Amino acid sequence: MAMSKYRIGEDPDYVPIGRRLLLLNWTLVLLIAVLSGIGFAMLYSAANGSFQPWAERQMMRFAVGAALMIIIAITDIRIWLKLAYFSYFVALVLLIGVEIKGDIGMGAQRWINLGFFQLQPSELMKISLVLALARYFHGLTVEDTGRIPLLIPPLLMVLAPAALVLRQPDLGTALLLIAGGGVIFWLAGVRMWKFGLILGSALAAIPIGWQFLRDYQKNRVLTFLNPENDPLGAGYHITQSKIALGSGGLFGKGFMLGSQSHLNFLPEKQTDFIFTMLGEEFGLVGGLALLALYALVITYGYVIALRCRNQFGRMVAIGVTSTFFLYVFINIAMVMGLIPVVGVPLPLVSYGGTVMMTILVSFGLLMSVSIHRDIRISRQGNDDGRN
Amino acid sequence: MFTRRALMLGAGKGVLLTGLAARMYYLQVLESDRYRTLADENRISHRLLPPPRGLVTDRFGAPLAVNRQNYHIMIVREQTPDVRRTLEILDQIIELGPDTIERVERDVSRRRSFVPVTVRDNLTWDEVARVGVNAPDLPGLIIDAGRSRDYPEGPHLAHTLGYVAAVSEKELTGDPLLELPGFTIGKSGVEKVYDLALRGTAGTSQVEVNALGRVIRELEREEGESGNTVVMTLDLDLQRFANQRLSGQESASAVVMDIHNGEVLALSSHPTYDPNAFTNGISHKLWNNLVNNPYAPLSNKAVNGTYAPGSTFKMCVALAGLEAGIITPNQKFFCNGHLDLGNARFHCWKRGGHGWVDMHDSLKHSCDVYYYEISQKIGIDRIAAMAHKLGLGEDTGIDLPNERSGLIPTKDWKEIQLGKRWQGGETLIASIGQGYVLSTPLQLCTMTARLASGKAVRPHLTRDHVTPEGVTSREAEEFPELQVSRANLARIRDSMNGVTNEIRGTGYGSRIKIKGMEMAGKSGTSQVRRITMRERQTTGVIGNDELPWKYRDHALFVAFAPVENPRYACAVVVEHGGGGSSVAGPIVRDLLQKAQELQSARQGISAANLPNSAHLRPTSGNNNENEG
Repeated sequence: MAMSKYRIGEDPDYVPIGRRLLLLNWTLVLLIAVLSGIGFAMLYSAANGSFQPWAERQMMRFAVGAALMIIIAITDIRIWLKLAYFSYFVALVLLIGVEIKGDIGMGAQRWINLGFFQLQPSELMKISLVLALARYFHGLTVEDTGRIPLLIPPLLMVLAPAALVLRQPDLGTALLLIAGGGVIFWLAGVRMWKFGLILGSALAAIPIGWQFLRDYQKNRVLTFLNPENDPLGAGYHITQSKIALGSGGLFGKGFMLGSQSHLNFLPEKQTDFIFTMLGEEFGLVGGLALLALYALVITYGYVIALRCRNQFGRMVAIGVTSTFFLYVFINIAMVMGLIPVVGVPLPLVSYGGTVMMTILVSFGLLMSVSIHRDIRISRQGNDDGRN
Repeated sequence: MFTRRALMLGAGKGVLLTGLAARMYYLQVLESDRYRTLADENRISHRLLPPPRGLVTDRFGAPLAVNRQNYHIMIVREQTPDVRRTLEILDQIIELGPDTIERVERDVSRRRSFVPVTVRDNLTWDEVARVGVNAPDLPGLIIDAGRSRDYPEGPHLAHTLGYVAAVSEKELTGDPLLELPGFTIGKSGVEKVYDLALRGTAGTSQVEVNALGRVIRELEREEGESGNTVVMTLDLDLQRFANQRLSGQESASAVVMDIHNGEVLALSSHPTYDPNAFTNGISHKLWNNLVNNPYAPLSNKAVNGTYAPGSTFKMCVALAGLEAGIITPNQKFFCNGHLDLGNARFHCWKRGGHGWVDMHDSLKHSCDVYYYEISQKIGIDRIAAMAHKLGLGEDTGIDLPNERSGLIPTKDWKEIQLGKRWQGGETLIASIGQGYVLSTPLQLCTMTARLASGKAVRPHLTRDHVTPEGVTSREAEEFPELQVSRANLARIRDSMNGVTNEIRGTGYGSRIKIKGMEMAGKSGTSQVRRITMRERQTTGVIGNDELPWKYRDHALFVAFAPVENPRYACAVVVEHGGGGSSVAGPIVRDLLQKAQELQSARQGISAANLPNSAHLRPTSGNNNENEG
């Protein structure tokens, strides 16, 4: 505390802890709690009216994650700025670590067992990449973003982890990383035609990339293109998911009465296909309500970003909001058969500790941005104009 | 710059989220009905409920084929902590043996954990009780009651009723019932002929199942309709008596029928088998025994057995002669023991001959030479025409499968079938019911019934008209007249009376002595081997007793009774039994006497000499056999 006392005198932007808690976006916290609460209810239903084995553990994770979120939120945004590259570096090393371990061991292992917690480096990377890119572009002027050599390092920062994750192989996360990174590039003011160029070359690379896909990944894409082709195999999931949603109708079959979910026709109903179960039991009304809640959270993220007065903060705000949006969109589009099955959970609702942590940590960062929105930070990462 | 781009990004997200909402609307509102149907198809499974098979009763309602409760014990893996342990405990209660335990363990490991696996079938009631008492020690065991076909009379009606067994691949017709595990259908006899009527219609049960096929609950149940009851014309008491009477022989068959309406009262083929053995799968050993038995227990010889009719064919030849006007009843022929035709000599059964014989005597003494003489004049084709009139050489149309039609030769038949010209000597041989002539006992009985009634009677086994659509009362069938002069028929009947009721008639020893119940009949002894000239000249014709069983003569006898106002006809064939009048005759006598005694008893007329064994059953009004 001696340190902070010293800083009180030095730092005009310092906000006392109590004030930070007051500044915390409690409405956003409430929205997150409501979304998680819907998740608990659906997990309770998925277990045929039991808190075991999912709902209870999910609640405990939420409790831990929510506490972590608030701690992160009230931590000075400048600390996160300073830690940005470091966390990216750690995440990258861990990603390489699981890659090497995966090569030695059997098959695809995506996590590191820390004993009390299974750390998934790719999840850590989702946040670290946003932080690191925001940090990088924070240091550039708008004119700088027009200079191609200056765009090479951030491009590598995106592609390196994406390539590693793709090798695991985890197509969904790789796409999330690339899209999340792309959002920061976009916000930084990179010219439209450059995106066009990248997108064009990416499309051109599809036939080459196709050869690097594993068989099951190829199947997923093929199955997406024609699910009826293989109704009992890979197409089964998506067909059953559509049946469940469609049969839910306008108002649904009622809580815990979804026949597709409860008779196990719907696979993975507690994780990736939890939206389907919600749609089956609560119908279009329930699905739209959930979608509205998500839209509200995303709007909140934009409001925070637009009110933020430092480049780093608003990039982080839009970055994490966009990652959140991508989760929501990819998951829901997937269960409705709009895009291939890529294995992305529905944030805050799907069962799973790691994703819950990732999302709550990123919301912590978002709130930190909100609390510290008026702090001005120099391009070098110091307090703007005061040194 | 930042704000503009952020808002563009936000707008893009808004568009995408709107896209999701639109997709939701499409799936959950526009396409909802289709997906609702698909979801129901997923969750609702239709199960067939097999209907109880219809009963078969005798003419008075005595059960002949019924459905028995059949208990089997099953095990469900997920309901027992240790399958092997449970089976071992069960083994101490109702002995399973290591083979069964091994099989069950194997089956259990292959099925889903909630699927019951049959441990043992056909538990006795005692075993069911013992397992029930020990239920707390036997987790995961279920005792299930099913139905299996049971024939209370066992072997008594095996050939007529047939049996049921599991459906074979080629019997599948698309009826989903047939694909139900454990479903059985009629494989022979009445069970086969009336299978569709007995089968009934399946019920359905709608159950909710999960993705693994586990039944969660029953949603709807529609009971099926059990099969129709088939009432047979058989009289169980007479049937039992016939079986008992034949049981002294190696291989024999008998038919008793009503000469007016063609109702078969007893149809017996000996030896027989127990149809109950087939219901739950017959053992390989037992099956082999049945198939390899030289006396062919599986064959219904009364319908499927064809025999040279021997002298029982003589009525047919005589009637053909009378009808053609070629002979008169009083015209006599001389029998010196043989007749020469070309180089061949045809012997009479009586060495030395019968002397002058008229038609009456020819039947009474069964003189062969008389028939050699007249058959040359009548010709084989006219004999064959009369034989067909009397029901020989063609299916009787009885409601049993695989009826044989026998054979009545004609000149054309030989020309076409064998490519050879008919020989005059063959007519002689045919005239005494030998050579190519073949008939079934049922045909001989039908022939006798037609001679006695003067009508083209056809035999049948059910009192009702049975179709898959239902059972309707059989209308009293009016059989057409035979198109034979009544006077000639009366003469034949009178001669048959001579056979059994006049001294020195060949059947005199087998006559019914009870007044008013007398029978008129004809014996037949048909040769199954050729007697050579050398045998006749050296050792003389070898007696049946000295021959191996399969070379002995078939013994036949046909008769109707009572002589005045006939009611019943009967035919008996004892394979390789020896003489017709000595072996088959007494059996016919007993059957006809029993039939009349049973009738009298049921009519309430007390006959002083009714044997004690007459088993009386109350008869209900509309079942009374004496109406009409």
